[in-house]
Amino acid sequence: MARIDLVDLAHSYGGNDAPQESFALKPVTMTWRQGGAYALLGPSGCGKTTLLNVISGIITPSRGEILFDGQDITPLSTQKRNIAQVFQFPVIYDTMTVGQNLAFPLKNRGVPKAEIDKRVAEIGRLLDLEPYLNRKATRLTADAKQKISLGRGLVRSDVAAVLFDEPLTVIDPELKWQLRSKLKALHRELDLTMIYVTHDQTEALTFADTVVVMHDGRVVQSGTPAELFDKPAHTFVGYFIGSPGMNILPAEVKGREARIDGHVIALKRAYDNLPANAKIEIGVRPEFVEVVAPTPGLLTAKIERIDDLGRIRFARAHLGDAKLAARAPAGFTSSDGTAGLKFDPAHIHVYADSLLVEGAA
Amino acid sequence: MDKTINQKAWFLVLPVFLVVAFSAVLPLMTVVNYSMQDTFGNNQFFWNGVGWFKELLDPSTDLGGRFLASLGRNLFFSLVILAIEVPLGIVVALSMPRQGWTVAACLVTLALPLLIPWNVVGTIWQIFGRPDIGLLGYVLNHIGLDYNYVSNDIDAWVTVIVMDVWHWTSLVALLCYAGLKSIPEAYYQAAQIDGASRWAVFKAIQLPKMNRVLLIAVLLRFMDSFMIYTEPFVVTGGGPGNSTTFVSIELVKIALGQFDLGKAAALSLVYNLIILIVCWIFYTAMTNAGSERKPQKGAA
Repeated sequence: MARIDLVDLAHSYGGNDAPQESFALKPVTMTWRQGGAYALLGPSGCGKTTLLNVISGIITPSRGEILFDGQDITPLSTQKRNIAQVFQFPVIYDTMTVGQNLAFPLKNRGVPKAEIDKRVAEIGRLLDLEPYLNRKATRLTADAKQKISLGRGLVRSDVAAVLFDEPLTVIDPELKWQLRSKLKALHRELDLTMIYVTHDQTEALTFADTVVVMHDGRVVQSGTPAELFDKPAHTFVGYFIGSPGMNILPAEVKGREARIDGHVIALKRAYDNLPANAKIEIGVRPEFVEVVAPTPGLLTAKIERIDDLGRIRFARAHLGDAKLAARAPAGFTSSDGTAGLKFDPAHIHVYADSLLVEGAA
Repeated sequence: MDKTINQKAWFLVLPVFLVVAFSAVLPLMTVVNYSMQDTFGNNQFFWNGVGWFKELLDPSTDLGGRFLASLGRNLFFSLVILAIEVPLGIVVALSMPRQGWTVAACLVTLALPLLIPWNVVGTIWQIFGRPDIGLLGYVLNHIGLDYNYVSNDIDAWVTVIVMDVWHWTSLVALLCYAGLKSIPEAYYQAAQIDGASRWAVFKAIQLPKMNRVLLIAVLLRFMDSFMIYTEPFVVTGGGPGNSTTFVSIELVKIALGQFDLGKAAALSLVYNLIILIVCWIFYTAMTNAGSERKPQKGAA
């Protein structure tokens, strides 16, 4: 159990001299609180696994330091770091029983036998593996095997953190849900720092109390699910979190007004010091845009289709070249395929070169 | 549904019947026929029933004594080379590089002995070991070791065994290397995370993942060494005395040297049977090892 600090940490598979744009992990400085449940969220190839492997020591970073409780452990090998990791595909030691598999990390570290038996029994109970402890681990289904892998990650009580690298990929959807709830319960029970890598936002948002979003090798935002939803720090976060994702529209912004195609959209905050030459966009979640009958003074969009999600309906529309999703209130129909757009000023964010700009009240 | 009856289809199978009959069944039956008879030349044969087989298994007769002694030597030889080649092959495979240009270099170097014809291997070692002109023999004698594979039983055995190890360890190493390469990187990473030592990684991951290829390696090496003829024949000619006369060498002596077709036929049948039985044992072991891996519906 420890606080983990990353200090100016970066990694490039092409060596330190490669241009920074090609780094798999661009310089990042951040802190992982002890006992936190973190999700590392991002699309495939964004550097999540690289970051995880750097923390666990499988990869030595090209630059920067990793501190466990203030102590620099960057040069230490994986074996010497106090860390557990669960991989995407189950890793089972074929010749051992389930119980021996669970005991393996403890045995290698010379833990006394009585202590090993106690921990194995406890983890076996928590993961519902009790009936199988004395069976050969090879003759099990994929999800039972992955449970064993999870168990090996959780069996050590003294680890600085448990890292999960998309551990539920091989599991059936229904079981996935159960195992995720189980992990969450285990987190509360065992008081371990957990970092959970996934590209599935539902998985991330349900598991974690802090979600760290990565994009193109960079950590773009870290915050609670609500923060990511309400105030995305980067257009990518807005787009990636939420379904459908945030609408990002190019606009001219001045003071408390945004202009699209000459139409004025009111903003709640004032933006007077926007950087010159930056690409200015406004972002607004589909939940806070409403389609109404075309009205003079409102932006007009072409409706492509209306998706009925049961609880809520979203209109998919075109605004010039830009695509847009907006809430369609009950009873809304469009006679000529066009609609006016009504924005909620409190929930419009302004982005300069994809980064959130804070407005003045 | 009515089946079309067309007996002409048999003509399509006929060529296979003929090929198998002439290539396998008839020659084998000839051997079976010989094994029941005795001949004194001139194409005159006398019925002997199972007499040769009785003699073969009775160590007090000349035939039985020679057969059982060569069989014993042969089994001992196979066990010794397996005990050396399998662990050595594993060690070589483990110490081979995993990536880079050195991989290709290693593979080619290892494959070289496998590409040399048996006869040439025998000749190489025959000359290499000679005390007068061979590098090995000369150096050994020069540093004070009395080494002469022509006159000393133990020297002859050592030479034949070292030659086989030189010739065939590569095969075991290459098979093991293939087995090692198929282990996903995640296993090694997980073992690192679990704090496993080098030895624990070998025991928990590498050895279990190699057991299939190892079984194949042991089978191939056992079969080959059990049927070995050319190399020891070229190096020692079965001597000194009979000390390196293996079963196949004995067989050729009886069949072609003494022209005792009946004895030779009986011996080859028993020889063949032993090989078939060992093959079957290995095959069963391999299929069982395979079925053990099928997952069973169980824990969920």
